[in-house]
Amino acid sequence: MDLLEYQGKQFFASFDIPVSPGEAVTTVDDAVAAAERIGYPVVIKAQVHVGGRGKAGGVKLAANADETREHAGNILGLDIKGHIVRTVWVEFASDIAEEYYASFTLDRSAKKHLGMLSAQGGVEIEAVAEENPDAIAKIWIDPVDGLTEEAARAWVEAAKLNPAATDGAVDILLKLYRAYTEGDADLCEINPLILKPTGEVHALDAKVTLDGNAQFRHEGWEAFEATQVRDEREQAAHDKGLQYVGLDGTVGVIANGAGLAMSTVDIVNQVGGKPANFLDIGGGANAEVMAGALEVINNDPNVKSIFINIFGGITKGDEVANGIVTALGRVKIDAPIVIRIDGTNAEQGREILAAHESEMLQSKPTMLEAARTAVELAAK
Amino acid sequence: MAIFVDENTKVVYQGLTGSQGRFYGLRNRDYGTQVVAGVNPKKAGTDVDGIPVYATVAEAKEATGATVSCVFIPAPGVKAAVLEAAEAGMELVVVITEGVPAQDEAWFFNKVKRDFPGTRILGPNCPGIISPGKANIGITAGEIALPGGPVGIVSRSGTLTYQALYELKLQGIGVTTCVGIGGDPVPGTSFIDCLEAFEADPETKAVMLIGEIGGSAEEEAAEFIKTKMTKPVSAYIAGVTAPPGTKMGHAGAIVSGGKGTAAAKMEALADAGVKVGNNPTEAGELMVEIVRGL
Repeated sequence: MDLLEYQGKQFFASFDIPVSPGEAVTTVDDAVAAAERIGYPVVIKAQVHVGGRGKAGGVKLAANADETREHAGNILGLDIKGHIVRTVWVEFASDIAEEYYASFTLDRSAKKHLGMLSAQGGVEIEAVAEENPDAIAKIWIDPVDGLTEEAARAWVEAAKLNPAATDGAVDILLKLYRAYTEGDADLCEINPLILKPTGEVHALDAKVTLDGNAQFRHEGWEAFEATQVRDEREQAAHDKGLQYVGLDGTVGVIANGAGLAMSTVDIVNQVGGKPANFLDIGGGANAEVMAGALEVINNDPNVKSIFINIFGGITKGDEVANGIVTALGRVKIDAPIVIRIDGTNAEQGREILAAHESEMLQSKPTMLEAARTAVELAAK
Repeated sequence: MAIFVDENTKVVYQGLTGSQGRFYGLRNRDYGTQVVAGVNPKKAGTDVDGIPVYATVAEAKEATGATVSCVFIPAPGVKAAVLEAAEAGMELVVVITEGVPAQDEAWFFNKVKRDFPGTRILGPNCPGIISPGKANIGITAGEIALPGGPVGIVSRSGTLTYQALYELKLQGIGVTTCVGIGGDPVPGTSFIDCLEAFEADPETKAVMLIGEIGGSAEEEAAEFIKTKMTKPVSAYIAGVTAPPGTKMGHAGAIVSGGKGTAAAKMEALADAGVKVGNNPTEAGELMVEIVRGL
């Protein structure tokens, strides 16, 4: 779950990481009122789930109420890469002496936490990594040991930050590591981490991705969940508890298991079609789940055919077939359906479907044949 | 022979008294697995269809000689369950549970590796392990696998594992052991661990590897195959056409920053001499060719 900047800053602040005072607002009047409380100059920042806000005109400095009114008016409603700005964050504009980069994430190869720190902040870290890899100081942290102050200090020294920033950086990094581990984040990134002319170190931005699997132990996450941006199809699937990713093709895909669903999307592409989505209905494909999945697919106006790909392991083919038939009785499906059932009790499943076969519902014995048929139907 | 588990393996189920644990525990026993105990501190002294329930894994081991544990505990309790199994000296801890927080996984992987080197974790979020005809620990439907070898399977995906077992069965090809390592960010057992074991197993003559986008586990496996393996390998990678940055179901299956793409993985594997199929059926057919040529 990706947090908006202001949520990331709230998250950081709950771990005592210094951030600028600010307020999240949704109207121009509230933006001006917030700026008056905070004191000028302020920065007005678009709150969207995409990068490149600055270039798109989504970050502006305002020295007084008139400028705040003007910029907030321009930014609210702005379209940044397809994301409409509904909220802006108004914060006191900090004086910046130097800009650094700091982050924690999991290194899946090393199976350890990876901290990255660079004196070259404020820019895309990928660009720094490519052009000047030595400018990034890395530290691998065993989760059992955690990050010690001694290790953090050596790491900061290795990154060659301004010596005036050392104590402040060590303090922030220790807190950021706590936020990352105890806060159950997949990523905690500060870019830029700034050194002020007055010597304080401070998080000027916040990029936080939380691990959805840990939601059960964090009550406060519901507020974050409420601002997640999904397209209509994704929201409908999310409400039904389905694993769904919207794509831009015409063949609706339903499969059981993430691997098989990915594989189904691949095979549709391989035979010349374009999948409309990735949808994993999981292991227990009962009528309820199947009906929900068909509804979600059916509501996508781009879908011209539907490919249901089921491998019966524990889930039996006949139960799946019954589920599909029941679902069809409940949902009026507009696009023709092609089904492939294999594995446990596949024969019985195919027999059940045979009784209902029509132009709108056909069964194919293999994944490849079913994909070809679905793609042909979508092209009609 | 098989790797990691066989007909002599005695298994304790942590969470046998829950609905999932009971269903699969009994199913595994019906398959022929030695399901010798369940663990639940609140239900010690009772039994599940004749399988005795103990308060702790240590007590279950003491009473039954179990060496492997299978975990069906809900995600919030997995960290403690894995640690308990390791402390009790289990040689293998198979974690079926999905939805385990990544911070917990990273912690218990490193903790067990350091303090309990004799314990191997498999999973979390995996279908388990089956040595067809000998032992089935987890949620794989045993009847879709043909016993006897000569193929070993290692896979990051559940349903694609079943697909692979089934395609080989249709061709009359048996499997020594099929290991589902799971799709989570910190899998306890890696592709390389399994490839190493298959390479050392005299009955396994060829290996089928099923990977997914994300991470670099397949690339590392390719390097191992290139430098350390003598047995032929066929492979399939799911997610060739997944859009970058999109999380596709598995916590691990995400392409970020151009890394971990299916194309890069397929290239690395092909470069290591692996026969790479474009879909599961093709990978199965390639394995048939390999087996016929043995």
